[in-house]
Amino acid sequence: MAVLLKAQDLTTNFYTYEGAVKALDKFSLSIDHGCTFGLVGESGCGKSVTVRSMLRVIQSPGVIEGGKVLFSEKADAEPVDLLALTEEEMESVRGDSISMIFQEPNAALNPVITIGDQVAESFLFHRVAEMSQKICDAIDSGESYGLLTPYYRAMLGVAAKNPKAPLLKFCSQVPFLKWWDKPVKKEALQRAIKIIGKLGIANPEEIVTRYPHNLSGGMKQRIVIAIALACHPTLLIADEATSNLDVTVQAQILQLLNDLKKESISSILLITHDLGVVAETCEKVGVMYAGTLCETGDVKDVFSTPLHPYTQALLTSVPKFNQEGELQSIEGSVPNLVNPPSGCRFHPRCPKAMDKCSTDKPELKELIPGHLVACHHADRVIGGLS
Amino acid sequence: MKKKIIELKGLEKHYPVFGGVLKRQVNSVKALDGIDLDIYRGECLGVVGESGCGKTTTGKAIINLHAPTGGEAIYYPEDGDPMDLAKMSNRQMKNAGIRSRLQMVFQDPTTSLNPRMLIKHIIAEPIKEQEKLSARELEKKIVSILEMVGLSRMHLMRYPHEFSGGQRQRIAVARAIAASPEFIVLDEPTSALDVSVQAQILNLLDKLRKELNLTYLFVTHHLLVVKYISTRIAVMYLGKCIETCPTDELFSNPLHPYTHALLSGIPNPEVAAEPNRIVLEGDVPSPLNPPSGCRFHTRCPFCIDVCSREEPVLLDVGNDHKVACHRQDVVKELVKEKFGIEGYF
Repeated sequence: MAVLLKAQDLTTNFYTYEGAVKALDKFSLSIDHGCTFGLVGESGCGKSVTVRSMLRVIQSPGVIEGGKVLFSEKADAEPVDLLALTEEEMESVRGDSISMIFQEPNAALNPVITIGDQVAESFLFHRVAEMSQKICDAIDSGESYGLLTPYYRAMLGVAAKNPKAPLLKFCSQVPFLKWWDKPVKKEALQRAIKIIGKLGIANPEEIVTRYPHNLSGGMKQRIVIAIALACHPTLLIADEATSNLDVTVQAQILQLLNDLKKESISSILLITHDLGVVAETCEKVGVMYAGTLCETGDVKDVFSTPLHPYTQALLTSVPKFNQEGELQSIEGSVPNLVNPPSGCRFHPRCPKAMDKCSTDKPELKELIPGHLVACHHADRVIGGLS
Repeated sequence: MKKKIIELKGLEKHYPVFGGVLKRQVNSVKALDGIDLDIYRGECLGVVGESGCGKTTTGKAIINLHAPTGGEAIYYPEDGDPMDLAKMSNRQMKNAGIRSRLQMVFQDPTTSLNPRMLIKHIIAEPIKEQEKLSARELEKKIVSILEMVGLSRMHLMRYPHEFSGGQRQRIAVARAIAASPEFIVLDEPTSALDVSVQAQILNLLDKLRKELNLTYLFVTHHLLVVKYISTRIAVMYLGKCIETCPTDELFSNPLHPYTHALLSGIPNPEVAAEPNRIVLEGDVPSPLNPPSGCRFHTRCPFCIDVCSREEPVLLDVGNDHKVACHRQDVVKELVKEKFGIEGYF
């Protein structure tokens, strides 16, 4: 399968008073077209930083130090390095070909703007030219937009060619003339209603006039998903999209994401700390620990035969349906990334640590086809098997 | 015969809603609307349900942190006469020495510990309330409590911000057991923690319950956690208790359709074949105007006429299993027929 997104040696540091927090250390990841990829790990291990680095929305004091994020929207196209694009080019990628569902729907939605305007915003940002063209065609074929129809036609003709033309910017500042985009806004709202309706919300015409505080948690999460899906992204990043929801609502949202993936979007990158969600929805999984990827492969392989001690410990620390005996826990806690442990970052908590682990950093190796592990110990296990 | 420690009889907690020009009471949020529940000595009762169904309010109403507006919460002390906590004032509870018997551990350890107090003072506070000790004896006692929860003497002179989330929750547990209580309300003690740390805290709580002969009310929305730690489970929906039974019985023989929906919604960490899901439509109705009859009838896949008219009562069906549903005898066949689910193991 063709690679959709590939991160190579991504390094991100946060410069705080205590020193540089090495949140990502030469992190590599690749996501195929049409694949649901799950990224799991404890909090503070850099899951969110990873996707924020990929989209370049890291907030100060975070700095992306190096690496490459290669993104090829079409399967046969030449990959583009997202980190090398200008900010303006990046803006046209975000929300259009890659979009993101943020963690907390309460914080992701603006409390003083109506739901309709918030969803329509992404159309007004990415689809002005296309919508202007559509309205021009409608006017040419005889549709009327009131008294100002000739003015609309003239201005939208310009917008269809270049939505950022200086004339449009000038007119937007002048009283009365600034109404040139009224038909576009109307069209954007229509599209917003359509997409909200598609997500299984009853009477979307009424919902678009409401404010976020009028809606319940599950509805808000759907609205956030609607914003992310507005421009039919190739890659949808869901950052803990269901962590704050109840089991029954979580089941609704996961089913929705699954249905949407079949219809429109190509790939989903699902970030979560719930191993159950990953096991049920994803095809591939990556396990992160302290800013490094320690194991990746098919969900079935990784969950049935985990090779990295951290993955093994993580899987045994979750209560299961047929739980017998005591839960195993991982001793200690996630290390402070200002001074990350030398060698393998997991070695202070690892039950199988050897001398080599504290000095050499293990590389991510393909020990079984399609199953990559970064562990000195796994080498030996596999060596012993063969 | 198991001894009761707390018995709830139609416990109610209504929060008033004021409106109009004169700010009169126009309505009330029925957070708890008549709960009947028995809690036995030495058990861990898990309370599960969606957010907004009144799980936390139950815990707080029992120990009188929020004064209940109706019903009874009867406390049976080890020795002495039963007392109705719902009718007692804070002062009366303190004078009768019950306050220290009933303790609580809150959801988020970051906000429930005072950031300006040393760990030593945080844990000393409940001890000082009930007995006079010399400084040396007090410190000895604090250290022994800290060791019980897996911390040590070197943590005494630190502030809460110097600890990790798991350690903070240990401190919150230490504070709760410092007053040597009989009954502790645990309000989602692990939901703010990571999975690896969650296992540590769950094991610690289980160990303490057996060692100190405590009784827990474990409030959570995570069913697998409740299955691991609880001996009995109560399922709540919109201010009502709809099913209570021993843990194994609930997972092997659920009777209420809502319990079926909850169980089928659990994401299972073990990779298996495509699971069959009961996906409920819509959200929990507003507790301002709860639906008539059975409160679940608006979302229930097996609703019939009688459900919207009559409210089902909590009925004992044997095996210590109580359920409030009009169609409890046929739910199992209906679920199998419509969703193809036979069991959850």
